[in-house]
Parts: sequence; structure tokens; C-alpha cells
Amino acid sequence: MSDTLETRHHGGSAVRYILLSLGAVAFLFPFYYMVVGSLRGTTVGDLSAAVPSGLTGANYTAVNGAISLGRSLLNSGIMTIGVLVCTLVFGVLAGYALAQLRFRGKGAVFAALLLVQMIPFQLLTLPLYVLVVRDYGLGDNYLGMILPFAINSTAVFLFRQFFSQLPQSLFEAARIDGASELRILWQIALPMARPAVLTALLLTFIGPWNEFLWPFLVTKNADMQPLAVSLASFLSNLQGTVANPAGALLAGACVLAVPAVALFLLFQRHFTSTDIDSGVKG
Amino acid sequence: MSVNLQSAPATVRDSAPARREGPRKARGLPRVGALFVSPYVLFLVVVFAVPLVYTVWISFHRFYFTAPGTDVDSPWVGLSNYKDVFTDPVVGRAFLNIVIFLVINVPLTVGVSLVLATALNAKIRGRAFFRAAFYLPYVTASVALVAVWQFLFGSDGFVNHLLGSHAPDPSWLVNSHLAMPMIAVFVTWKQLGFFVMLYLASLQNVGKELYEASAMDGAGRVRQFFSVTVPGVRPATTLVVIYAIITGANLFSEPYLLTGGGGPDHASTSPVLLMYQKGIEQGHPDFAAALGVVLVAFVMVVSLAARKLTERDN
Repeated sequence: MSDTLETRHHGGSAVRYILLSLGAVAFLFPFYYMVVGSLRGTTVGDLSAAVPSGLTGANYTAVNGAISLGRSLLNSGIMTIGVLVCTLVFGVLAGYALAQLRFRGKGAVFAALLLVQMIPFQLLTLPLYVLVVRDYGLGDNYLGMILPFAINSTAVFLFRQFFSQLPQSLFEAARIDGASELRILWQIALPMARPAVLTALLLTFIGPWNEFLWPFLVTKNADMQPLAVSLASFLSNLQGTVANPAGALLAGACVLAVPAVALFLLFQRHFTSTDIDSGVKG
Repeated sequence: MSVNLQSAPATVRDSAPARREGPRKARGLPRVGALFVSPYVLFLVVVFAVPLVYTVWISFHRFYFTAPGTDVDSPWVGLSNYKDVFTDPVVGRAFLNIVIFLVINVPLTVGVSLVLATALNAKIRGRAFFRAAFYLPYVTASVALVAVWQFLFGSDGFVNHLLGSHAPDPSWLVNSHLAMPMIAVFVTWKQLGFFVMLYLASLQNVGKELYEASAMDGAGRVRQFFSVTVPGVRPATTLVVIYAIITGANLFSEPYLLTGGGGPDHASTSPVLLMYQKGIEQGHPDFAAALGVVLVAFVMVVSLAARKLTERDN
């Protein structure tokens, strides 16, 4: 939408550029500082720290020695992929049913879908912790890490909106031909829904990948911790174990940031806030 | 949804009359629909409904953490946990901090993102670059960004070196007057890109004729901004307020990591951080459950009040 917008004001763009550039510096400088700091042999707070000189990969080796990046990345990956798969399978089914099928309680399910997007998840953390860790025994377990995020409600909402916009005639013709609903969903609706699926998956990805509180609670074993959690424990109490703690921490931060940033830059054309907006407003 | 408008097949729009068929709209066997939606319903029950009921139950009982399998009595204690919550001074501080967060976050978010969105709302060179730059903190993990902010705003950090003798003492994150405002600024910065895009989308709905009419009446750019743009994007502003309330009530990673556990001396604590410290670290889940119930009630009341307020303005 925004790419096709017409110019509203002509000329006078100097002010515009000054404002936008100030904004860009404020948003990008910390990222620049993170990358440069992660590559410097000694990372200290003074102004020279922003100058890329004496670059080395030693900080990455150091942080890898302290929290084993590979294992943490694997845990983050398993947790995130689990959430993506559940959202894709069960979320698409639910979105399709809410958009195109008739069943009892449909209104109630849709109302619940809107309501849960307004309930802050963190408020349910304590009872969920008691249930998942104490009652179900899922502490230090991938299932326990995935469970609270398994089906992203905003994604379900996006699927539902997309499937509602597809023409009825398409589905009716297939039904007259005797196709099952699952086949209609798989062969007709889903292939058309690629942009919605892409948006929903990107949106879903940043949730579990960046999440800190929940995996922090359910993983006590360092071998099970996703990168956000192991990096946080490095931040709060492991920094003394390496020679250049600031550099090592920033190196870890870069490793944590890169996958989400890369995916976003790759697909940013598809990722606009209007999608999230419609997900929240209902 | 812009994505759909851009890339949905042409048939979607051609079929508008077909969609107005009314009751015939939803088809298919009733059982299939219920079957398709059942995993999601089960998920909602397990992850939302059960914990919500459970937390209310715990809040009225004396509750202990036990090893799986062991049975310990949880006697009914009435409002005793709630009494503890309301008489704890740190709880009061945590709720005050939500208010501090709102007072800083809402005006800053509305002001800066509206200005940036307006600046971005034109065919200009580098538009995609600016969009991406603004969005970057939003998609990046809090933990990674907190690490950078700790260095930028540390006692011996970049910002203090820049300020020289004007640097605050004690430094930003360990100063009891500045710690909570720093958290508010950090979160505002992190989420701003989302709201810039939200306002940018919202600006597309402000009628061009309004700008033309006000220009004919002799209104300048600044005047237009305040009398046409600002009222035109009010729905987005309402959303900012509601988001701010939810975010403020949810703060955990920032006080836990950025200010070292809500410090100094609880000055930047948050209700969720307290729920963690009291409930899990110190082993009083009943206190934490009662605090959670109070927090849910707080969020609902403040959200309703905010909505009433913005509706009345219309």
C-alpha cells in the first residue's frame, strides 16, 4: 500500500530528510555500536569504541566458550520451529474454519481469539509455570518451552481475514465436485494465501526467537537454554569468565540479533504494521 | 491488510456480490468446522482459561511449591494474600512505575512516530531504507538490545563520555530517579518503528481533500499537521495508548536485565518482576497469584478508562 502512495506534499523536503536522518541515526547507532564493539580487541566505553580498528573475531570465540553458542542456537531454533509448525498447521485449520465453515460456537471462538490478544501473556506466567513445570513435569523440555506460544493468535486472525476475502464461488464449485474440506483448504485456499502465510510466519518467528521470560523460567539446565536466556545469564553473572566481557557480550548480542534482522530485511516488503494493526484491532 | 490488497488474485475483488449472499455464506459440514478449530480451542483452554482460573484459585489459598507427585494441603485463607499485596510498599512502587512508564511512553511514542510517519509519507529517495532502519529494533530481541544499552548508558559508557561533566551522577541505570524513565525510553525506542508504520498506514486514510481545503483556507504545514493530520489518525493513537498499558503491565526483561533486577532499591521494579521474585525466587506463589489478579484488574480498568476517554473526545 505504502509503495503505491502518491506524493502529498511537493518540495520542501530538506526538513523531511533532516528528520528522517536524525531518526535513522537514533535507531541504527546502537546496532553499529554493537557490531563494532563485538569485533574490537578491547571494548571500553570511551568514544574511541565506536571506531572500527584493531578488529578481531576473538570475542565470538570467547562468548562461544562461555555459553556454547551452537547449542543455544539449536535450542532457539527448535523452540521457534516448533511454534512455527504448530501455528502453520493448527492456525491455518482454525483460520479456515473461522472464515469458511459453519459450526456451533464459532462466534465464541472468534471472540476468544480477539480477547486473548488483549491479555498480556506474562500475567499468566506464574500459574502456567506451576502447571507446566510442577504438574506436567515439562521443565527443561522443548514441549514445555513451546506450549504457551504454540499457536499464535495474531497469525490465526490473519489467516481468517485472508480466507474470508476469497470468493465463495471458488469453494462451492469444489464442494459440488465432491472435494473434502481438507482438500479444498490444501489445494485451493492455501496456495492463494502465500502472502498471508509469509506475513504470519515472520510475525510468529520474532515471538519465540526473542522471548526471554518463559524459557528463562522453564529451563534450568544450560544445555536446554535458548540463546536469549543463555546470553542473559552471561550478562548477569558470567562476564567475569572472559578477557573482554563487553566485547563478548556484544558478540553474543549480534548472534542473537542476526537471524531475526536477516529474515526481516529479506521479507520486509511483506511485513507491514497494517497486518499487525488489523490483528490487534479486530 | 495491505498484503492482501496488493497481491490477492483479481477474483477476490470481482466477487464482491457473491460475498453478500448472507446466510448461505458459511458452508460445509458442521462437524468439519468444529474439528478444524478444535486444536486451537484446546490450546486456548490449556494456555489461557485454565491458568486464569488456577491463578484466582491459588490467590485465595496458602500455596506451596512441591515436587511433582507430593501432596501438600493448600488451606483456604480468604483475602489474606490480597492483604499482603496491598500492604507491600514495593507493590505500590511497581504500580507507580507503570504510571511513570505511561506518562513517558505515550506522549513520546505519539509525538515522534507521528512526525517520522509524516516525514516518510511522500515519494522520497531512500524510503525503504528509512522504513527498515526504524523497524530494526522492533524485530530484535530485548536481551540483545539491553546489552548494547548497558554499554551506551553505563557509568563509564559512551553517552557519559559524550556528556563529559554533564553526565548524571549516579549514572543513568543506577540512579533512582532515572532508572525507570530509562526503561520507558528504551521500550519506546524499541517499539517506535512499529508505530511509525502504523501511523504511516493511518495517514493513507486521511482524505486528501481535507489538506486541499485547509490549504485553501490558508493553513500552513504546521497548522495542517495539527488540525488535519493529528485528528485524522486518532484510531492509531487509541491503539498506542492501549498497547502502552499492556506493555507497561508486562515489563520484565528490561527491569530484570537493564537495571539489574528493578534497581536501584526497587526504583525500577515492575509487577511481573515482583511476581517472579516473590513467587518463584522466594517461594510465595500465592502472593504472586494475588498480585497477578490485581494486575489483570488494573489493566482492564485502565484500558476501559482509556477507551472511554478517547471515545468521549470524538
